Amino acid sequence: MCATCGCAGDELAGHVHSDGTWHEDGPGHEDAPGHEHGPGHEHDERHHQGDGQHAHGRTVTLAEKVLARNDALARQNRDWLRERGILALNLMSSPGAGKTTLLERTAADLAGELVVGVIEGDQETTLDADRMRAAGCQVVQVNTGTGCHLDAVMVRDALTKLDPSEGSVVVIENVGNLVCPALFDLGEAHRVVLASVTEGADKPVKYPHMFRSANLVLVTKTDLLPYLDFDLARCTADLGKISPAATVLPVSARAGEGIRPWYDWLRQVLARGGTPSSLGASPRTPRPGTPRWPEAPLASER
Amino acid sequence: MHELAIAEGVVGTVTQRLPGARITSVHLEIGALSGVVADSIRFCFDLATEGTGLEGATLEITEPPARCRCRSCGTEFQPDPPIMLCPCGSADVAVLGGEELRILSVQVA
Repeated sequence: MCATCGCAGDELAGHVHSDGTWHEDGPGHEDAPGHEHGPGHEHDERHHQGDGQHAHGRTVTLAEKVLARNDALARQNRDWLRERGILALNLMSSPGAGKTTLLERTAADLAGELVVGVIEGDQETTLDADRMRAAGCQVVQVNTGTGCHLDAVMVRDALTKLDPSEGSVVVIENVGNLVCPALFDLGEAHRVVLASVTEGADKPVKYPHMFRSANLVLVTKTDLLPYLDFDLARCTADLGKISPAATVLPVSARAGEGIRPWYDWLRQVLARGGTPSSLGASPRTPRPGTPRWPEAPLASER
Repeated sequence: MHELAIAEGVVGTVTQRLPGARITSVHLEIGALSGVVADSIRFCFDLATEGTGLEGATLEITEPPARCRCRSCGTEFQPDPPIMLCPCGSADVAVLGGEELRILSVQVA
């Protein structure tokens, strides 16, 4: 039921008005300019005060998701991307896990096969945008200032600037942060989360919200494994419990080991028309049944 | 600290839904699996509401616990985050509750 006016409809549905306002509604609504609701369901209540007096007030039931507006805009982004056959990936990790290095290598190795556009999210600087531009990509840098994550509005604006071509891949490199970005749907088809071996094997357990939302987890910088006590088997086993539906791939963008399975994953997703099995589902609700990578890298990749 | 963005989102939604209203109380629902820390919202709520119709409003937060159902054995259980493992050992679980992040109601003066 529509939380605003009580009409029959899907509470999760909603729309953004041309003036940017939003509310949840059902399919029975006209998405026309000027479509408005009153201020919600109102219930007169009397509240006993300590002095025995009655004070009059109204309780207004809103029953609205806090992230409803972001989620509605994310759906618009997703539709916009789908109409153009564009595969959008939300790339997330802590700072320094190797997102940009992976993208540089991917853009270089798959040049001629994929057109990759990049939305770079950082608090400050255009350093990553400069790197990706040098790697031959179209780039839009989003500086969030004090912001710790990208949201659907920033991505909508960035997509407008980027103007990606039909059938291309858009990688949204989120602000380096294993906490906040997990909450914000950007309209991506897949969430790719990186965990570098230098961070320690316990990161999936320590930051479960982020890893639970992942469709693919890349364990990066595996060329450094000989110098660390990182327990890849334990990390993979923990991921299996926290995010059973996610595919896990160990990879070193610098040495190239494990890079082919990542490219194969990309090609598989593209072969499905960029449409993930989870499209339209909550990004925080991974689906079961996605094939898993073996728990350790293949010998040929070491 | 996405809780500040969340608190600002609450202010934005309430002022949009009830333009010009003076709000004396806000009731939020923040589930155990929502990724939002209720105490952090309490901490930054005054900052987010300053200069708005919500300034000075009290904040009530209901915190539903995590609830899951095992897809393997059908058991409903309350998991012990971070790992949502059924007592039967299966990690293939459906989340039934705890992901709520909603504005339930507000009190208008």
